[in-house]
Amino acid sequence: MRKFLRPLINGILRENPILVLMIGLCPALAVSSAAVNGIYMGLAATFVLVGSNLIISIIRRIVPDQIRIPIFITVIATFVTIVDMVMHAYAPDMYSILGIFIPLIVVNCIILGRAEAFAYHNGIIDSIGDGIGMGLGFTFILVVLGGIRELLGNGTLFGFQVMPISYKPVLLMILPPGAFLTIGFLQAIQRYRGGKS
Amino acid sequence: MIAHFLLLFIGALLVNNILLIRFIALCSFFGVSNSMSTSIGMGMAVTFVMVLASSVSWILWHFILVPLHLEFLQISAFILTIAALVQFVELFLKKNSPTLYRAMGIYLPLITTNCAILAVAFINVSSNFSFIESIVYSIGVSGGYTLAIVMFAGIRERMASAPIPKAFQGYPIAFITASLMSLAFLGFKGLFGL
Repeated sequence: MRKFLRPLINGILRENPILVLMIGLCPALAVSSAAVNGIYMGLAATFVLVGSNLIISIIRRIVPDQIRIPIFITVIATFVTIVDMVMHAYAPDMYSILGIFIPLIVVNCIILGRAEAFAYHNGIIDSIGDGIGMGLGFTFILVVLGGIRELLGNGTLFGFQVMPISYKPVLLMILPPGAFLTIGFLQAIQRYRGGKS
Repeated sequence: MIAHFLLLFIGALLVNNILLIRFIALCSFFGVSNSMSTSIGMGMAVTFVMVLASSVSWILWHFILVPLHLEFLQISAFILTIAALVQFVELFLKKNSPTLYRAMGIYLPLITTNCAILAVAFINVSSNFSFIESIVYSIGVSGGYTLAIVMFAGIRERMASAPIPKAFQGYPIAFITASLMSLAFLGFKGLFGL
């Protein structure tokens, strides 16, 4: 259990893709104006990550080294197309909120990065585990970001009123500048904690 | 007619600035904005590839994918076309224009995974732009990209020597700066009722 948990916690805190590695920023900032958006975006990315890791680890022995990147991109694009069509059909409201960021999962550096760094060199089970861990780390940070912004900017959390009615929402937080501000402070907190230990 | 194109251009350049308002292509925004000269090079390379890519993807969509009813292939077709196009541009510049290659060659491989290029291709299709409109739009977007990244690099260069609390040095203060710039660009909202 500990063997499984350590890389997971590592992915969420120490090597968090967004706060520490600074990759996959675009969807993180753009869709995090509410916590529930973060869940959908995170799950969509997790599905693509697990699927592409699985397929790439299956075909890794027959892929020629020189053209591996185009092949990875094709595999990833296929899974993104699946997510795009499924969401369009079953969650049209969320599809219109997330909008262009669903097809843009295809150029999300986290997914290509995991394909190249992990799935290309590891077995099927390991690759699925890695996909789930990384995907959940990504989802986690999206929900935290979205939660903070929704709470301060709208006084709600997952759509429920949390702050007292007398609380005046800071509208700035759900507007674009709020996203940069929140992530800047989260990063500074992360640094401060890292510096102490 | 001209007013329409001007509105489209200004809208893409300032009102819906791709970096600061729409949050697309942020990796490169924070990654290559350390110095003024690299950000100018990146801006040039993005402008060049974006205009080329949006015209190629427009042709691909309207003359191949739609007539053959292959709309579902949009994502795969666009990303592969853009990746191939960037490779081609790189080889072409290396052979025919060494000066230009030196100026923006190292940024070209980065551009394949720059989401702004792909995003503009998708926006052109989903907004039903005509060919001329999509060219104007992509010039506006890439102008906005260059404007934001060059200004940001200017601020970051000055920040390097400013006294900043230890936990905020580097990326955290860069994000807060970006937040203030984004606030300034938010002021363009409401311009011409866009």
